[in-house]
Amino acid sequence: MSPRRKRVLHTVFTHALAWGIGLLWLIPFIGLVMTSARPFAEVIGGWWNLEPFSPTFANYIEAWNHRDAPLSLGMMNSLIVGVPATLMPMLLGAIAAYGFARFSLPLKNYLFVTIVLLMALPPQMIAIPVFQIYQSAGLLNTLYSLIIIHTVWGLPWIIFFMRNFLSTVPEDIEEAARVDGASDLTVFLRIVLPVTVPALVSVGVLQFMWVWSDFFFPLIFVFDADKAVAVRQLPMLRGVYLVDWGLLTAATVMVMGVPVMLFALLQRYYIRGMVGWTLR
Amino acid sequence: MRGQTLRRSLFIIPAVALIFAFAVYPALDTLWMSLWTPAGEFDPVANYSEVLGERHIINRRGFEAGRFPFGALPHTFIWIGIHLPLTTFLGLLLAVLLQRVRGSGIIKSIIFLGMVIPMVVGGLVIRFMFDGDLGVVNQLFGALGMQTRTWTAHPNSALLALIFGAVWLWTGFSLVLYSSGLATIPKDFYEAARIDGANAVQIFFKITFPLLKPITVVVVVMTVIWDLKMFDLVYAATMGGPGGSSNILAFQMWRYAFQQFNFNHAAVVAVLLFVITVFVAIPLVRRAR
Repeated sequence: MSPRRKRVLHTVFTHALAWGIGLLWLIPFIGLVMTSARPFAEVIGGWWNLEPFSPTFANYIEAWNHRDAPLSLGMMNSLIVGVPATLMPMLLGAIAAYGFARFSLPLKNYLFVTIVLLMALPPQMIAIPVFQIYQSAGLLNTLYSLIIIHTVWGLPWIIFFMRNFLSTVPEDIEEAARVDGASDLTVFLRIVLPVTVPALVSVGVLQFMWVWSDFFFPLIFVFDADKAVAVRQLPMLRGVYLVDWGLLTAATVMVMGVPVMLFALLQRYYIRGMVGWTLR
Repeated sequence: MRGQTLRRSLFIIPAVALIFAFAVYPALDTLWMSLWTPAGEFDPVANYSEVLGERHIINRRGFEAGRFPFGALPHTFIWIGIHLPLTTFLGLLLAVLLQRVRGSGIIKSIIFLGMVIPMVVGGLVIRFMFDGDLGVVNQLFGALGMQTRTWTAHPNSALLALIFGAVWLWTGFSLVLYSSGLATIPKDFYEAARIDGANAVQIFFKITFPLLKPITVVVVVMTVIWDLKMFDLVYAATMGGPGGSSNILAFQMWRYAFQQFNFNHAAVVAVLLFVITVFVAIPLVRRAR
């Protein structure tokens, strides 16, 4: 075989293999969509049977207005939790990260090591005491409980990420502003915060998607069906003995649609956030 | 100067206070709780040995009979033992393969979707894929003349089904990290090696893999941490069943704590998870400083 032909064959083979693997990874998602968009009777023998094929939104509408766990309500609850649980740790974390990056404070290094360690803390390690705190504070079974715990849970990695980002930003301008008599707070708000916007977008995207996706905290802190966040509703829709896959897959597609769309729109920030958070 | 230190402390105090109230104190409290028996006696040895002797944690009968369930602790190690090498190497191989493929961005995004979707969704999809009637896995196995069933509902296959599902979900992580690492290796290295007559396999093991070692450390540590706290997948796909054969530590902790309200036993499991996590995370924390 000539070297040229060998190279062409090699290229064809790698492309076929790569795209084949990509398709393999996509099959479960195709299955979800195919099952959700057709009457259950059509897919009972397998969603890959295309005869008959009558697409319908019935499952989506049923999941959205479901009697026990309407997804419209769950999505709303997810937003009520997700927006403040993203903005608060972003703000508190950025301010703290600035303190850690620029000031010399007592115990600073010990505190920072503690924070880094906390990034690896399994949620199981705090679940019971926080449950008891909420119980005595009357916060159990409220959406506040989720906002608080997600704010706290986001802080360590956001502080870590933002501090690393700030340590790559030169200090000259801040020093100049200080010489001109600007206070620490002015310097932070006017000079530092605008520079950190791209990093903050990364932080916001990641944090919101994690809050949206988290299942453990909503499961243990909130019990009422009308306070369930969207992710928490999915197992409720499963049914005990017989799984109504049409309904369940439709709800699943909608619940994952939010993070998937965010990812598609803000992929650059997401990847940069994740790579920066883990690699630096 | 004192006034300035005080004022500057205000930058970190709100965040630090929240972290101490809702993370540091609870973690210490859990540790403290694990030292007491459910009967209310301070007896760490008794409490820990009681939990480790539980058949949900280590099932001696399972080991004697050589079949599932073996208990949550061995299951967790089986999970890591299969999931960690599979996702790590699969991600690395795919990253190398996709280097010179057109449209690799799309393929990477597809594979990375598993990281983007909620884990509960991941669990439901696993249940869906392995379903006896609707599952595409059965269709494939049936076509090959093999046994078909709902794989997540059988003791011998439930845990493995979950693990393979987790591979599908998590490979995107190592793929993306390795891809960004590959982009930083200078092309000269490869050219020099090729001029010296090295073949593709040699180049991979002598150049690519050693240069990516820092990334391998991150991938391994993060994957193990993720595996240890894995809960949603189990809850959505199998509820630890059947008969505890897909039960793992994080799930058993929830059962102790919030099904049986046995906080002291749950605390022991949480501490076990934490200790293993810290042990694994040491290289990463060292680098972060």
